[in-house]
Amino acid sequence: MNKTIFIVGATSGIAEAVARRYAEQGAQFFLVARNSHRLQAISADLAARGAKEVQTFVMDANNSDLIPQMVDAAWQAFGTIDVALIAHGTLPDQQRTETDIPYAIAEFRTNAESVIATLAGLAGHFESQRKGVIAVIGSVAGDRGRASNYLYGAAKAAIDTYVSGLRVRLFKSGVHVLTIKPGFVATSMTADLNLPERLTATPESVARDIDKAITKRKDVLYTPWFWIFIMLIIRWIPAAIFKRIKL
Amino acid sequence: MDQLLSWGRYPYNLQTPHSIYWPDDVPQALTDSGSAGQDGMLVFGCGRSYGDSCLAESNHVLVTQNMDRVLAADWETGIILAQAGLTLADVIRIALPRGWFLPVTPGTKFVTLGGAVANDVHGKNHHVMGTFCRHVSRLVMYRSDEGVVDCSPAEREELFAATVGGLGLTGVILAVELQLRRVVSSEIEQRVIRFAGLDEFFDISQKYDATHECTVAWIDCLASGKKAGRGHYIVGNHAQEGPLELAPPGGVTMPIDPPFSLVNQFSLRVFNTIYYNSQQKKEVLSRVGYDAFFYPLDRVLDWNRMYGRAGFQQYQCVVPQQDSYEVIRAVIQQISKSGTGSFLAVLKQCGKSVSPGLISFPLHGVSLALDFPQRDHVNKRLFSKLDALVHEAGGRLYPAKDAHMSAAYFKQAYPQWERVEALRDPRLMSQFWKRVSQ
Ligand SMILES: Cc1cc2nc3c(=O)[nH]c(=O)nc-3n(C[C@H](O)[C@H](O)[C@H](O)COP(=O)(O)OP(=O)(O)OC[C@H]3O[C@@H](n4cnc5c(N)ncnc54)[C@H](O)[C@@H]3O)c2cc1C
Ligand SMILES: NC(=O)c1ccc[n+]([C@@H]2O[C@H](COP(=O)([O-])OP(=O)(O)OC[C@H]3O[C@@H](n4cnc5c(N)ncnc54)[C@H](OP(=O)(O)O)[C@@H]3O)[C@@H](O)[C@H]2O)c1
Repeated sequence: MNKTIFIVGATSGIAEAVARRYAEQGAQFFLVARNSHRLQAISADLAARGAKEVQTFVMDANNSDLIPQMVDAAWQAFGTIDVALIAHGTLPDQQRTETDIPYAIAEFRTNAESVIATLAGLAGHFESQRKGVIAVIGSVAGDRGRASNYLYGAAKAAIDTYVSGLRVRLFKSGVHVLTIKPGFVATSMTADLNLPERLTATPESVARDIDKAITKRKDVLYTPWFWIFIMLIIRWIPAAIFKRIKL
Repeated sequence: MDQLLSWGRYPYNLQTPHSIYWPDDVPQALTDSGSAGQDGMLVFGCGRSYGDSCLAESNHVLVTQNMDRVLAADWETGIILAQAGLTLADVIRIALPRGWFLPVTPGTKFVTLGGAVANDVHGKNHHVMGTFCRHVSRLVMYRSDEGVVDCSPAEREELFAATVGGLGLTGVILAVELQLRRVVSSEIEQRVIRFAGLDEFFDISQKYDATHECTVAWIDCLASGKKAGRGHYIVGNHAQEGPLELAPPGGVTMPIDPPFSLVNQFSLRVFNTIYYNSQQKKEVLSRVGYDAFFYPLDRVLDWNRMYGRAGFQQYQCVVPQQDSYEVIRAVIQQISKSGTGSFLAVLKQCGKSVSPGLISFPLHGVSLALDFPQRDHVNKRLFSKLDALVHEAGGRLYPAKDAHMSAAYFKQAYPQWERVEALRDPRLMSQFWKRVSQ
């Protein structure tokens, strides 16, 4: 059977790498993104790589009014969705969020509220189809607020908590919910940062982990795996000490 | 992303990468990234060029590897339009299961479409299919002075001719339209013929090139006297029946950077003798996968590191047909005498097909390529002798492999270079071009 994959933020580097893996297995796609040119290029590419069918829906994630329409279109197109991946996000300029309040709120909206709104829109459909996997990309940054990116971290923490609750709710219906917490990944989001080479993963290796975690119905995925230990240590450091460390 | 070097790791000029994900990233990247007044940038594909032709004058390069999507594919006609960062390895992965293969391929599949176009690369089937860009029907480019432009053999012909084989100087190639070639099977009917010397090479070439699409010879450049020019002639045709199967991905990597070159006179002699004698029979017929046939070197992903920190240079020349026998013989003699040089040299009879680029490398004649560990004095002395021989015969060196040719030499060997210079994008400049065009 060909799997049906639904992706919000389909132009994300991580999502694209995940989609290519499924395309090679002949999956069909419902792709949502805000940039129609990019969306079209990715559709053509996935088709060439083996996707059976690709349907697209152009939408800014912050335009929550369109969510019901988008979700209906997906189920109308394919009847069931096997995997939904929520991947969109931005990396705000932390310094700017400290003085430019409207900017901070807008960024929080994109990274937290729009994800919550999308998940709320999807949950009912998954509940009634009584199967499938919802995978949401959070971040290790949500595990503890750090001076360098705590607005982003706060948004990812909000998702983390929301998804944790959603997992419990949907468990009863046989729907599985996965939280993905990548560390540093080399995508356009991080292209301008000077990330430590050894700690930075490729989107392909992260996609491999995500694929596996979906198949194995894992609840929380740290990718690459060693981040689970890094974050364990970071969470354990007492606040009295943590506030003196520059991270 | 780490800083980058060319494949030969010589000259050792680290390049600061700027990743391009989408075509609309290009204008901004071209203006933002560079140093020194933002000029002197260059595009970098997979960095499989050996010398300094893929190094930017400013040491800031736009890396296209993430701009790698197929934009359109017609599996009836085998025409694909893809972004320039797509690698040939990916083209095979996508097209082969559907019965299509690359019309022309270099000896590694880890090159981008943009890189293959910018060097108008050639392969083992040059005498039948010509260069890569004979199969390119259209290019979509970005020029800093014009924006996005299309060119093809019929539209903006001069820009097309200057861009194919144009060393990445005439603009950023965004997308490439390529005509693939039909195959029935992923396997190759291969025949390996052992030859004892250069005379025999020319005889065999005469005999087999007419009946085989792919031909190439490996020769032992260290053998001298009676054994001079001994080697293996490898010919093949795409099989007419058999499975259509992708080779398993993967390959090994060098575990460490050796502090010195593992390639030295001793290891060379041992290796070459073992290799030559590995086939005892005169002729061996077999069926091999496309990976083993076209890409034997790709099995060690970063074999270039085996030369250590000093790096290496490849010397590749092509000598016009009429004098090729004498000149190639003289070149091999010089190399043999010097006792340096690589495991194996590659000898290839290039065909009559006229290359579509103004400064494409191949011409009708014989091409010889081999690697030399970087040793400043030894290489300089040897190369100047070889250059003189090649030059006198009206031959030329391959810019994709070069780190040494002089401006005077280049201008004579590539008389059309000024037409490329006239169409150079003002923002782009390579270290190679700086050296040879001044
Ligand atoms: C093991 C091995 C075997 C080889 N065998 C052969 C062979 O048989 N025949 C042959 O012809 N060559 C051969 N080569 C050389 C190789 O095919 C060429 O150097 C090729 O151009 C490398 O492509 P790349 O993507 O790595 O480009 P790079 O080496 O990164 O760049 C090459 C040139 O292309 C330009 N360029 C790249 N992308 C773009 C773009 N999007 N827009 C504009 N300019 C661009 C760069 O500016 C540069 O001038 C071999 C190389 C190796 C390592
Ligand atoms: N890269 C990392 O190091 C890293 C680490 C941890 C977590 N993550 C998370 O991984 C996810 C994917 O990011 P990535 O690394 O793949 O980066 P990316 O390639 O930059 O992808 C981000 C995507 O989000 C989309 N997007 C942003 N705002 C949007 C909006 N308002 N509406 C619709 N789409 C919007 C972007 O669309 P456009 O193409 O239109 O811009 C882009 O496709 C994000 O949630 C990110 O927070 C990344």
